[in-house]
Amino acid sequence: MNSVIYMDNNATTRVDPEVLQEMMPYLSDYYGNPSSMHTFGGQVGGKIRKARQQVAALLGCEPDEIIFTSCGTESNNAAILGTLSIVPHKRTVITTRVEHPAVLSPCRSLEQHGYRIVELSVDKQGVLDLAELESAITEDTAIVSVMYANNETGVIFPIEKIASMCKAKGVTFHTDAVQAAGKIPLNLKLSNIDMLSLSGHKLHAPKGIGVLYVRRGTRLSPYLLGGHQENNRRGGTENVPGIIALGKACEIAMRYLDDENTRVRALRDKLEAQILATCTDCMVNGDADNRLPNTLNISFEYIEGESILMMMDRFGICASSGSACTSGSLEPSHVLRAMGVPFTAAHGSIRFSLSRYNTEQEVDYVAEKLPPIINRLRELSPFAAKK
Amino acid sequence: MWDYTDKVMDHFTNPRNVGKIDDYDGIGEVGSLACGDALTLTFKLDNKGRITDAKFQTFGCASAIASSSVLTEIIKGMTIEEAEKVTNQQIADKLGGLPEQKMHCSVMGQEALEAAIAYYRNKGKTAPHKEGKIVCTCFGVTDLEIRRVIQENDLTTVEQVTNFCKAGGGCGGCHGEIEHILQDVQGKKNNQQTPVTAVRHKKLSNIQKIQLIQETIREQIRPVIRSHGGDLELVDVEGSKVIVALRGMCASCKMADVTMKDLVQAKLREFVTEDLVVEEQKDTAQL
Ligand SMILES: Cc1ncc(COP(=O)(O)O)c(C=O)c1O
Repeated sequence: MNSVIYMDNNATTRVDPEVLQEMMPYLSDYYGNPSSMHTFGGQVGGKIRKARQQVAALLGCEPDEIIFTSCGTESNNAAILGTLSIVPHKRTVITTRVEHPAVLSPCRSLEQHGYRIVELSVDKQGVLDLAELESAITEDTAIVSVMYANNETGVIFPIEKIASMCKAKGVTFHTDAVQAAGKIPLNLKLSNIDMLSLSGHKLHAPKGIGVLYVRRGTRLSPYLLGGHQENNRRGGTENVPGIIALGKACEIAMRYLDDENTRVRALRDKLEAQILATCTDCMVNGDADNRLPNTLNISFEYIEGESILMMMDRFGICASSGSACTSGSLEPSHVLRAMGVPFTAAHGSIRFSLSRYNTEQEVDYVAEKLPPIINRLRELSPFAAKK
Repeated sequence: MWDYTDKVMDHFTNPRNVGKIDDYDGIGEVGSLACGDALTLTFKLDNKGRITDAKFQTFGCASAIASSSVLTEIIKGMTIEEAEKVTNQQIADKLGGLPEQKMHCSVMGQEALEAAIAYYRNKGKTAPHKEGKIVCTCFGVTDLEIRRVIQENDLTTVEQVTNFCKAGGGCGGCHGEIEHILQDVQGKKNNQQTPVTAVRHKKLSNIQKIQLIQETIREQIRPVIRSHGGDLELVDVEGSKVIVALRGMCASCKMADVTMKDLVQAKLREFVTEDLVVEEQKDTAQL
């Protein structure tokens, strides 16, 4: 497993060695509970405070606006459910069709309980219609939740505009920034975002640690009741190593933001250009001009994504697909379907998502190995043959 | 990551008998691009009626390709009568087993073989149209097909049925009906499970009717339409006329001969009253 070419960073990322080094002592020697009344435990509290500052620095917010959670999914659930219970008379939630299941599933469950869920559509480029959003907001709207950037296509939404629109209408706005944090600059001080989710394992921290940012003054009912941790907003003894790791990861992410938007972007663009030049009947999914710098989602017609992945896997190339076979369901990606990508292309979609660890040699290697795979699978396909 | 056997990986990476026989005696084409897998199987008989050659073309995942490949190996040398008896389980066994969620790949192989044999028997006419009533609108699976996989593989849960023939794998709106068929086939009436069947209401007040229409749209219809990338809104009810607006892209999907409007009307008639007529409001607002 040494020589994998890892281009699946929107799924999860490698833990940065510096991050690992930072967290290790808190898995071994410093196992104290930060709430304890002894120095041994208390010293851990200091490290958590530092981590909170590091996260706040990446987001451009105050440390007391950070709630540590267990993952992005928890943050999203907490934001939506915690807002609804503050305004029980409002029964409408507005979101989009292309959200991650960590937003869509809780919304659909709310729908079963009598809430009205408005799922905004996107166009063929995966872009939202802001006029549609504006007209959807009513007196009854409790919360608007729109993702910062889409995990499958990388399409970035005009979050600041949406946040301002919500503010003008007095509606709480939450954004799932799990894919945006660490990849594009964020500055919550200058923003109207009320709540924002991020997840450690997408920015080179380990799995099992997340953040919900809650702007000062935003009302949110506590959802995990227990001890007084996180300022009574989320009970449960802290995931100390995870929090420390995430703090470090955020500090490093700030250092690499430029690299992500120049070098990594150039690698992604090179990969895209090479594939388009060497493979026929393929197309890029999502608005190319408003995309995360690391993400390339590309559809190959007449062949199926899982078989492409399995063939690439034999060369140690890791990516993912929006095909039905890989989604764990029998239908292809809800994101691509919402964009109106034909089923034929949705089944054959592959997502490459890069990180600062990728190199130009790796891009060249993938660009060299992919065309024969595509051609081979097309030889097997009844549809390509008919053409 | 799927747990594929070495056999599956072998047939996937080195598929046998790829292609299409030009002067075939039998051809079976099943599946579609929309469904995510499709198989074209052709075979040639010798003068003693044995299959001398078989070839396949498959669009699909690794296990779909492996199932097709192994199928051609199985049937080569068989007589039509022998080939007719090949089951999906045999295909899976020959591959050292398939993950449960991938069993439908072996069923696709069996169906293609059946279609090819039917083609041969009907002397070149393509097999007669699908019989039975569509239960799963997402994947176009009929009650007869569902009954058959249940019988042949002794299935007991909806999840298994989905794994074997995809029925129920989309919006989930037909789970109640599949459960019903399961109980029927398996002969054991499981009383805890009350299947979602239509409760015909006798005399409804207007309010009751509208509520029931809303409920039916929410629970029975919207999930299907959403799973096809569209959405539906109730605009108005005037007597027995139900006016709805379809949004998004409801065209271009697998429901070739059943339009969305027909589906909405059928469901509303099933769950509310028989006399409802659905009308579609054209999307004039979409400027
Ligand atoms: C956009 C988005 N939101 C939420 C999540 C869920 O994050 P976690 O795995 O930390 O629960 C993911 C991860 O796949 C994601 O991409």
